[in-house]
Amino acid sequence: MTEKTMSENQSTTVLSVRDLSVGFRVGGQLIEAVRCVNFDLAAGEALAIVGESGSGKSVTSLAALGLLPPNAEIAGEIRIGGVDVIGAGPAGLASVRGTLAAMIFQDPFGALDPVFTVGYQLTEMLRHHRREMSKQERSQRAVELLKLVEIPEPEVKLASYPHQLSGGQAQRVMIAIALACDPAVLIADEPTTALDVTVQRDILDVLHRLRERLGTAIVMITHDMGVVADFADRVVVMRDGRVEETAPSRQLFSAPRAEYTRALLAAVPRIGAGQREHLPEDERTVLEIENLTVEYRGRRGRNIRSVDDVSFRIREGEMLGLVGESGSGKSSIGKSIIGLAPVSGGRITISGRDISALSRREMRKLKSHIGFVFQNPSGALDPRRTIGQAIAAPLRVHDSLTSAQLSDRVSKLLESVELPAHWSARYPHELSGGQSQRVSIARALALDPSLLIADEPTSALDVSVQATVLDLLRRLQHELHFACLFISHDLAVVDSLCDQVLVLKEGVSVEHGERSQILSSPQHPYTHRLLSAVPYPDPDKQRRRREDPLAG
Amino acid sequence: MTEQFVDQRELTGADANRSVWASLRSRPLFWICAVALGLLAVIAIMPGTLAGLLSTSDPRACELSLSVKPPSAAHPFGTDIQGCDILANVFYGARTSLLIGFVATALCAIVALVLGTSAGYYGGLADRIISRLTDVFLGFPFLLGAIVVLNSVATRSALIVALVLALFTWPTLARLVRSSVRSVRESEFVHAASAVGMTDGRILREHVVPNSLGPVLAIVTTMVGNVIVAESTLTFLGVGLRTPSISWGLQLATAQSYFQTAPHLLLYPGLFLTLTVLSLITLGDILRDALDPKGRK
Repeated sequence: MTEKTMSENQSTTVLSVRDLSVGFRVGGQLIEAVRCVNFDLAAGEALAIVGESGSGKSVTSLAALGLLPPNAEIAGEIRIGGVDVIGAGPAGLASVRGTLAAMIFQDPFGALDPVFTVGYQLTEMLRHHRREMSKQERSQRAVELLKLVEIPEPEVKLASYPHQLSGGQAQRVMIAIALACDPAVLIADEPTTALDVTVQRDILDVLHRLRERLGTAIVMITHDMGVVADFADRVVVMRDGRVEETAPSRQLFSAPRAEYTRALLAAVPRIGAGQREHLPEDERTVLEIENLTVEYRGRRGRNIRSVDDVSFRIREGEMLGLVGESGSGKSSIGKSIIGLAPVSGGRITISGRDISALSRREMRKLKSHIGFVFQNPSGALDPRRTIGQAIAAPLRVHDSLTSAQLSDRVSKLLESVELPAHWSARYPHELSGGQSQRVSIARALALDPSLLIADEPTSALDVSVQATVLDLLRRLQHELHFACLFISHDLAVVDSLCDQVLVLKEGVSVEHGERSQILSSPQHPYTHRLLSAVPYPDPDKQRRRREDPLAG
Repeated sequence: MTEQFVDQRELTGADANRSVWASLRSRPLFWICAVALGLLAVIAIMPGTLAGLLSTSDPRACELSLSVKPPSAAHPFGTDIQGCDILANVFYGARTSLLIGFVATALCAIVALVLGTSAGYYGGLADRIISRLTDVFLGFPFLLGAIVVLNSVATRSALIVALVLALFTWPTLARLVRSSVRSVRESEFVHAASAVGMTDGRILREHVVPNSLGPVLAIVTTMVGNVIVAESTLTFLGVGLRTPSISWGLQLATAQSYFQTAPHLLLYPGLFLTLTVLSLITLGDILRDALDPKGRK
């Protein structure tokens, strides 16, 4: 490993993509995924490829390593360190992958083999590409690599299995494996999307320092403008398989040229963006939770406490944001209200009725006053039932309407979520993610509930779609005046929508209060850490935040 | 107005069913299978009349002098070792064999669906009891079990044989149903249905069972053939149907010792069995595709 200086490398191009077009042949039809993409990557440079789902950003990166499926048709030229990737056969590709360019993926647990130790998987790469190394040299190198990605106790971690690692550690191991043979280019396909913000920040830090120390050029594929601002020197914005704009990062954020870039930047929720009027205090309380504890039965009789002594109340027309990282118990709270999580202590009162005192029948009846929107837009709709049937389900359960009244109501509901009424005969797979989520919202609101529970309703959606769904939720709440429990990991989304915020950490409420107070002057260090970990979509501001870790 | 009409039909589920039918109707393979199975059904219902049209209507009218004759005008499928007409035997055999095949499979499917679904959906104690029960049945050797049970009954009618076969085949299918239901139970649309306040029965009927039926359908269609063949194994061991009963299984069991000298003894019952199984498997595949909205236009 040699310490390379940045200035020496800046001139040489390590990856060049020329007129790249990729199409997929499906059942005799050619579906274009990428059209005429051009970009260069200089040694030591950090390039971000940004786009929403279906923009062709991942296909472009897969093409660079020759990883496309056999039904792909590729035209154009991709050169990595002088090797023509498209023309190279399997042998040629094998010499490119790992040694000249390496890739890390979104889901580290999916990419690591669960039956082999971390050490085995690290040295496997070396056994393959560096045959001349001795066994001892290889394990030395493995320790060195784990140190490079800042894993504590690397010698111990070599012997551990993937399931013993946290998500952040697993992603670091993936980076270490990718770096094993000193590639000139590292392609990272949404490397932090599956991780919590605080972990995301650590991973981005690791990548930053790697670039400084090793001079590896990094292509970061992401949908997150905050990550772009934090990381990239230069940005390629893609949409529908085409490059919309290529610009240096600072210029892109301060003066975006393409209309699409402007729209994308406008859709990104920012903390402290909007100020809204306060609600009067004398509204009726809809949901009251007192000292709630949720415990799941673990294996061998051990109980796992997921929620510990949490209390809050939501009034009519009010929205409470439940914020926390994965495993904080925020979803368990939402599920416990509709009886999908085991409540072991505390009280849940809905419109003055304690739900633990209700019979099964009464509980089912009470559910007509509660709407629930799930995270995964396609998973929450039965693939075998039309969206009309999905929306009609709560009506059929609780109201006895004639079929004419039913279809009338379904049409109205579809229109209220801005979908055409005649779509009721469509099946979920014919809808996009945003449209499916609208259907979920329509179903949740079908019975005009007094409480809406939304569990990460926008985290599986693209930012521009997220913005429209959030607008819709805001409008509907204004019109229908329901109380809303909004569960999210995204502080910016909560900030743009909610009146109250409750921050959860490992099942315990660490901070609870008015939105503006919590997000502008957090009292608890965890809230502070959470807030500072969110990358801000502005390169200059983000750099200042990075230099001063305590700055909000 | 027309839009309302469409919505109305669709909400009652009529529209969804109609498009399943439309999708089935447009596939020629569906018609081929349906016609083949229809013909077999007709044969099973009135074997004598149909056999009479082509050769003799009596499967037990045998002439020893005509033993093992190849196909001819009088006997289109030839004659067997006893000099009986094979066509009449195969036609009469269709009744018994199809009865055993369908009854055993239907019983097995019903038991497996009920037990597998309750184990998979409710979990806990129900799951533990049902799972151990299937384990016990799976651990029990099929042939030994069948021999014991069949030897202890007085009369061995086709129905009894079907019952015994069903008794020993449901556990595999129940396991499949259980795992299929378990994976569906965890999906968000089932949680969503429960959040809406649907009763368990309704959730099972509307969401869980339809979504876990795919793999079950594939196994059930092959099972009919397996059961018919299993009956021949029992017969071969002397615990299945006994002559003068007539079944494809019996014919296959006797034919195998004369296979080299008289292949037609094996060919015709075998052909009918293959036709049945092939049509059922294909029909099952087509049905599964048609029930999946993604496969429909």
